[in-house]
Amino acid sequence: METVKSFFETPSPARFKGIWSWLLTTDHKRIGLMYLFSILFWFLLAVLLGGVIRLELMFQGETFISAEVYNSLFTLHGVIMIFLFIIPALPAVFGNFFLPMQIGTDDVFFPKLNLLSWYLYMAGGIIAIISLFSDGFPDTGWTFYVPFSISTHTNVSTAVFAAFVLGIASMLTGLNFITTIHRMRKKQMGWMQIPLFTWSLYATSWVQLLATPVVSITLLLVIIERYVGVGLFDPSRGGDPILYQHLFWMYSHPAVYIMILPGMGVISEIIPVFSRKSIFGYKAIVASSMAIAIAGSLVWAHHMYTSGMSDTAIFVFSLLTFVVAIPSAIKVFSWVATLYKGSIQMTPPLFLALCFIYLFSVGGLTGLVLGAAGTDIYVHDTHFVVAHFHFTMFGGTGFAFFAALHYWWPKMFGRMYDFKKAYIGAILLTGGFMFHYVPMFILGLQGMPRRYFDYLPQYAKGNFFAGFGAAFMIIGIFLMVINLLITLRKPMDAKADPWGGTTLEWQTPSPPPLHNFVTEPCVLDYPYDFTGVVKKYSKNTKGE
Amino acid sequence: MKITQALHYFEYKTLFMVLLALLALTGITVSVSFIDLGKFNVWIALIIASTKGAIVLLFFMHMKYEGRVLVFSFLGTIFFLGIMISFTFWDVGFR
Repeated sequence: METVKSFFETPSPARFKGIWSWLLTTDHKRIGLMYLFSILFWFLLAVLLGGVIRLELMFQGETFISAEVYNSLFTLHGVIMIFLFIIPALPAVFGNFFLPMQIGTDDVFFPKLNLLSWYLYMAGGIIAIISLFSDGFPDTGWTFYVPFSISTHTNVSTAVFAAFVLGIASMLTGLNFITTIHRMRKKQMGWMQIPLFTWSLYATSWVQLLATPVVSITLLLVIIERYVGVGLFDPSRGGDPILYQHLFWMYSHPAVYIMILPGMGVISEIIPVFSRKSIFGYKAIVASSMAIAIAGSLVWAHHMYTSGMSDTAIFVFSLLTFVVAIPSAIKVFSWVATLYKGSIQMTPPLFLALCFIYLFSVGGLTGLVLGAAGTDIYVHDTHFVVAHFHFTMFGGTGFAFFAALHYWWPKMFGRMYDFKKAYIGAILLTGGFMFHYVPMFILGLQGMPRRYFDYLPQYAKGNFFAGFGAAFMIIGIFLMVINLLITLRKPMDAKADPWGGTTLEWQTPSPPPLHNFVTEPCVLDYPYDFTGVVKKYSKNTKGE
Repeated sequence: MKITQALHYFEYKTLFMVLLALLALTGITVSVSFIDLGKFNVWIALIIASTKGAIVLLFFMHMKYEGRVLVFSFLGTIFFLGIMISFTFWDVGFR
């Protein structure tokens, strides 16, 4: 196995060398890595922007940026984090790299379309940057709500077009994954033998495919309104401003499941591996992924309780919102039950996965406060919402992204990282996270509105403390990323299966060869059967 | 991985008939728009457009000859579109 050339040494197509072997590649692994580095760039940029926002909020009044710059910064932070980081992070990086491997095939169904998706993603990012330097970045927030987005003088059209292009990239990736899972699985792999990460990508892909066109059209309507002024959202001309919110959230609420479902898939991979125990409730987790995808598409209007929607709609959407909590809870209980009486081996990926479970649970439970119409009206558009959203999206998807990065890094690059630095980074991140967002929950309950540049004196203490949390968090993130990146300078030392995993990607060398497998991978009857792994490890500990 | 796929060929006659049907339905849409049928104008236009869409899907896009997975996938998208439109009416209808 040691003599096999990795995909780093074998370009695909073979005729391209150097930078062209990356920019024109159709190899899903190279495309996954190109996504990884571009997504990391955007993520770190948006983290720093978030840090600037938090620094400004540490003290009352104008500290070092103006109110206009503040508005553009939180919009930019939101747009980058949502459209350029959280939505593509797990599917585009780890989905691209590992989905074909987990189902025992050599690539995705449409390799060229896959590369096109990456170019569209990059084009979307570049268009967003262009909007920064032409009439200023929008000050609307990432939701681009009308009528403000239609009347503001900032460059909404270009930013909205960037989101439109990114939406196409997302849809094409979803289409590619659905087709790959249906058509390219190993023959021996039935639906109930598919690893849970791949299952979560399957559920995600359907949401990407079905919901993204809605927002794409809606964003185009905003551009049309700005240039032509048809009056689609203008009541004086027979339009309806709430219609925009319906259309926007029809995508953007399912989009939070596009963001979280692959994260849940990652956790479902990590927990059994480091518990050396079959995952509890495999079928229930599969069913809950699909249930989240379906039920999550029916609850969009719970973002609109205070918008002037009818009471009947508020009742129906509030009821449906509580339904989504059930499949999410099934997953959390299954992960905890998997850990129960397992032979737990603590590693950085498991540590981050455990943090995920805690933070996501808090985020999920505070979501019920917002899902219930009565309490939502009290905390709507306050810092409570900001804290809840960051607990689910950053505490959830963000932590899952880092857990995945630490779990699959040795497989992707063939290099193991320093555990101690990873732990310190993860602890700083988690501790900073709590110090940053818990005060926001309290500030929200006290009534501090979100997206405000300045605040009343009673909110000063909470904002001051949150600033320190942000600083710890940023240091933790950079420490973890640098700890991983510096491994690229050392020789490849990772084993084919450093953790004792059972899914197919661990049956190939690290990093994998161009066509993923040296010999035909062996599909287990049950994808999380650790009998062989336990035997192997007990032999090693007995010195055999 | 080798993918086997059955190819469907249409006779020119079938394609021509489909084209004629689409043109005829377009003609009907235009003609009906000149007759004032009150709120039924919209319904008729929508039904004709849906029929045209169905013909394009079944013949030009080969859905008539595809397996269950694709048919279910397509029906799933229609189902969700239906939900998105109808659930919005919980708001508009009761406002």
